[in-house]
Amino acid sequence: MTIDAETPVNASADLPEDAHQLTAKLRHAAVEALPPQKLMPDRQPAYVASWIYVFGILTVSALAVVILTGVVLAIFGPNWWHVSTVGLFVNSLHLWSTELFFFFMVVHLWGKFFMAAWRGRRRATWISGVLAFVISVAAAFTGYLSQQNYDSQWISTQAKDGINSTGAGAIMNVTNFGQMLMWHIVLLPLVVGILVGGHILLVRLRGVVPPFAPPDQLAIEVKQGVPADTAVSEVQS
Amino acid sequence: MSAATSTAHRKRRFKPDRDVGEWHGKYYPYDLIKEGIIAFVVVAILAVGLAVIFSSPDTKPVTVQSWSTSNPVDFAQTAVTELDGTSGTATYGPPYNSTTGSSQSIGPISPESWFGVHHPIDTATDYVINPLQTLPNTPEIQAAVAEYKAASPDQQAKWTAAYEKAVADATYSNGVLTVPKADYGPVGTVIAGLTSMARSGALDDALLSSNRFYGTDYTKPLLFIADGTYLADLGQADHLSGDQWGMMNGAGNWPGQAWLWLYTMWYQVPPFKTSSNADFQVWALMMLLTLILALVPFIPGLRSIPRWTRVYRLIWRQHYKDLAAGGAGGQGPGRGP
Amino acid sequence: MQTLSVVMVHVLGSLINLDHPGHYINWGFIQISVANLVVICLMVVVFVLAILIPFHRPGGDR
Repeated sequence: MTIDAETPVNASADLPEDAHQLTAKLRHAAVEALPPQKLMPDRQPAYVASWIYVFGILTVSALAVVILTGVVLAIFGPNWWHVSTVGLFVNSLHLWSTELFFFFMVVHLWGKFFMAAWRGRRRATWISGVLAFVISVAAAFTGYLSQQNYDSQWISTQAKDGINSTGAGAIMNVTNFGQMLMWHIVLLPLVVGILVGGHILLVRLRGVVPPFAPPDQLAIEVKQGVPADTAVSEVQS
Repeated sequence: MSAATSTAHRKRRFKPDRDVGEWHGKYYPYDLIKEGIIAFVVVAILAVGLAVIFSSPDTKPVTVQSWSTSNPVDFAQTAVTELDGTSGTATYGPPYNSTTGSSQSIGPISPESWFGVHHPIDTATDYVINPLQTLPNTPEIQAAVAEYKAASPDQQAKWTAAYEKAVADATYSNGVLTVPKADYGPVGTVIAGLTSMARSGALDDALLSSNRFYGTDYTKPLLFIADGTYLADLGQADHLSGDQWGMMNGAGNWPGQAWLWLYTMWYQVPPFKTSSNADFQVWALMMLLTLILALVPFIPGLRSIPRWTRVYRLIWRQHYKDLAAGGAGGQGPGRGP
Repeated sequence: MQTLSVVMVHVLGSLINLDHPGHYINWGFIQISVANLVVICLMVVVFVLAILIPFHRPGGDR
């Protein structure tokens, strides 16, 4: 079937003859993987019933405050917080929201570990989380280097030895304020954003990890190597 | 053999530490966006509260001027080691210069030396000779610099060795650096000139701007300052030294970077405590541990710890209660959403 | 106007001054600042509380 040039067709016609397009293919793959109801669900499984589950969103919220305060600091430039009371306050917000970010992230990590949240094809979720943690440490590190005060001097002259020893010092020059500031406000937030965004999409893709089976069924799972429901039906039949 | 068993045998073995049964139980309404907004407001309030109560540190930076003003003898002692190439920076090796045998390694692996020199610093030229040569109207200093430059390396070494010995007993008063007399030729004038230049603030500018107006790379002045004892003494006083778990600590009474506890811990224990390759060894160890953390899902035993420790029974106790009551359904044939 | 700026300085400054030498606790080879110890202990307490405090599901049974 062809559509002639005269016939008006809306942009989201999703016609079969356009299915070969990269755009159409990408859209189909995305919508198939994460249809709207899955991307923004309004229900969660009954087992999502613990305060430990809110630490992921608390971590993201802290990151949001870090970024917002970082934007304000960027608007007024790196010297502002040294000469202005308001600037010092915004810097304090930026520092404390960073402390909160790591606080909530580590509690979230402990919770996810004890839930063995990598189970059921959720290994990429776990790995992206660990990567987000490591890159966040690097982002915070470049932040400390960008303070232009004694602490930046101390941290850079100490840290250079560790970084130089790996050979990375050839590129990452921690005593180079200009470079470290750009890593801190451009490169590393970009990487953290991509990792956190990917991590959240993976959680939506796979759903929140279900619990372990109750003790008696768990014992059968370990022994027989089959999921609890199969094991149960085995026992019954 | 029943159909269910033969199916199970054809599929791979179910491992409860790796695999999970599909959820066929109940779903409850859960407003994620509302939760996100509440979380953001809570965190914002917490951050504002902490900022209002505790503020944040801003310790004034050290300059070459403040260092040489506070401790001119230490400055002079450091300056001569920059001139004769025995300072920490001069003997550092890559990425600053090519001193052999100085790079850290684990066995034959030494990426520090493989990557080579990328931020070249010649301490004699960059820290002493070139800065002094920018000074106007200083004929005595310029003559001393010229005399030093014209001498043979052997002669230079004799002078600097003599000066190093003498400056250990140097004193400073009324703007004058007094070094016990010895056969150090023009080096006395050179170092005294550099000390005055440092105390005036001109050396800070010379080290930063060398050939350009806008400087953002503080490598040269920072490494020079770090070669002295002034910066380290301040660090030690504030519990920031490597052997004081310093990496974790913040200024004053502020919390620092508690998440670096494991990284700094290794520096406090043998063999890293006394190893000349400690930095590379600790980095390698931390990279390995980070890899292990990332790969927990693949590591038998490690990935069984959650099941063994049973903390999950507390987390999911509502779910297990529902199951026992036979109500909410669970993994198994049962009510759907 | 002056009153406002005085109030601002007090609010935007700090109510508790942390800018003096830190307090440290030594235990064997461990040396930790009081501030960091408080943070770590709080994390453990918050984790335990998060697991123990009952969570009431929104919306109830459907």
